[in-house]
Amino acid sequence: MSFLPKAMLVVAALGLAACNNPDRFGAGGADGANGPGGINGGFVDTTGLGDPNDPTSIAYFNQRVGDRVLFAVDQHTLSPEARSVLSGQAQWLTSNPTYAVIIEGHADEQGTREYNLSLGARRAAAVQNFLISQGVPAGRMRTISYGKERPIEVCSDEACYAKNRRAVTVLSIGGGV
Amino acid sequence: MSFPRILSSALALSLALMAGLAPRAEAQNGPLRIEITEGVIEPLPFAVPDFVAENGGASDYARNIARVIASDLAGTGLFREIPAEAHISRLSSFDAPVAYEDWKAINAQALITGAVSASGDRIVVKFRLFDVFSGQQMGEGLQFAGTPQSWRRMAHKVADAAYSRITGEGGYFDSRVVFVSESGPKNARAKRLAVMDYDGANVQYLTDSSSIVLAPRFSPSGDRILYTSYASGFPRITLMDVGSLAARSLAEQPGTMTFAPRFSPDGNRVVFSLERGGNSDLYMLDIGSGGLTQLTNAPSIETAPSFSPDGSQIVFESDRSGNQQLYIMSAGGGEARRISGGQGRYGTPVWSPRGDLIAFTKQNAGRFHIGVMRTDGSEERLLTASFLDEGPTWSPNGRVIMFTRETAGAGGEARLYSVDITGRNLRQVTTEGAASDPAWSPLLP
Repeated sequence: MSFLPKAMLVVAALGLAACNNPDRFGAGGADGANGPGGINGGFVDTTGLGDPNDPTSIAYFNQRVGDRVLFAVDQHTLSPEARSVLSGQAQWLTSNPTYAVIIEGHADEQGTREYNLSLGARRAAAVQNFLISQGVPAGRMRTISYGKERPIEVCSDEACYAKNRRAVTVLSIGGGV
Repeated sequence: MSFPRILSSALALSLALMAGLAPRAEAQNGPLRIEITEGVIEPLPFAVPDFVAENGGASDYARNIARVIASDLAGTGLFREIPAEAHISRLSSFDAPVAYEDWKAINAQALITGAVSASGDRIVVKFRLFDVFSGQQMGEGLQFAGTPQSWRRMAHKVADAAYSRITGEGGYFDSRVVFVSESGPKNARAKRLAVMDYDGANVQYLTDSSSIVLAPRFSPSGDRILYTSYASGFPRITLMDVGSLAARSLAEQPGTMTFAPRFSPDGNRVVFSLERGGNSDLYMLDIGSGGLTQLTNAPSIETAPSFSPDGSQIVFESDRSGNQQLYIMSAGGGEARRISGGQGRYGTPVWSPRGDLIAFTKQNAGRFHIGVMRTDGSEERLLTASFLDEGPTWSPNGRVIMFTRETAGAGGEARLYSVDITGRNLRQVTTEGAASDPAWSPLLP
């Protein structure tokens, strides 16, 4: 057992609950571990993050394997760095078959709303296709696009845009989606 | 620009409207010319003294209705109000003869007079319009009756009648706008569907903020609203009945995302985007039968469709050429022809209710613009420029465009703006908080 205070773990788990559960996504955040936790008054599945030192935990996946890849402006092709992260994700998902996956595609604010929904969908699909090519069963994964609706960085400069043009692999307990 | 006094005021304004549009054709040279039109015309001076209260309960309405009429007309940028302090004549009764000399002396070219009576849950509004310099009434007097709660609508109807008689065009004041009300920080924005009068009054919320809602559209009769909702956890095109607020998602296809829904002009079909495996194409749904037809079949992004007013064609955006451009195809699908050809990216095309123009969002050199072009892509004109302008919607008479303008940075916020199709009269639409994605209703019955 970890020596972290229990209260901190509980807070962390709550913070992630809404994020690991886009099916009941509310007014709070999207975006895996980095999103703000939402309190939407509705039903929420809670999935514990676990201990980042436990290689089968969501915390380990998010922090050590890396839960996200970034894209160039108006692009959905995977960079070599992105492929490397996703290869790690595929290995991890193969070793941890109990987790279901939702891949969130996001865009920066430099684009019209509906175009950015399509662009986010392309990014999520690019990640999904790569993970399938690495042996992750398609039936474990779903995609969703948030377009430009859920930036994680809020400045209007490339420094922020670069982090917002992302696809995030969000895990929850359960064999299928 | 000013007009010879010998012209009647009504004629002068008609000429002014045409003059506002004329320069774009004359200045055209080369294959594509882009110009932000900032022509200025002299607004037509008018007076609208407080309406006559015909009984005790009517006095507040009599004053407030005149104020709303004045605000409607002055808000167009085509009219300028002569304030009450300058008036010489006082209106004592609705049928008293008009003292034209008194109104000429203060240069009120148009005069609107009216009266209100109130009894129980019914108020009656009467009005007349006068061309002061020709010393004549313009058109017949009109009377509207309704509940006290609808007093603003009656004021808008008076203003629509006056606007229409003076300009020769349809009005747009008695109309509503559906939009997305926004709150919260930029990285956790809460969005609610809302409707309001065109001028921002009478806001009514249609959804709570528990899930993201995007890009609503009114049905042609204004009784239903289409929008994209994340209520299921995934983006789904959704149809809401405005009266009951009952909402249901349409065209549910497992493993897909649906978005960007728009009504056909007969209100029976929906054209929208369906995304599968990362690729977005346009589809048509028959609301009654649930029948689904695929309209485009390309590996590119096809979205933001809009019907022509006669229902025969659809304008949409596609990046099939490598970046976002505008295309027109038959409403049944098939070959599409590209209409946009300038520098930059073009999106969110919306066909004007008159059928002759397409409004769009343009991105070029790090700026966003709202613009209009003819349906063959010619005579492109940019009406606005800012950090982020997007999503034009047409007033029912095709004279004004409302859109979203968002400011930059961590504290960036979306607000609604309107602009005349000549590029004049840019103004913010009053909303309580941040707001985006406006869509205008038709003129109310």
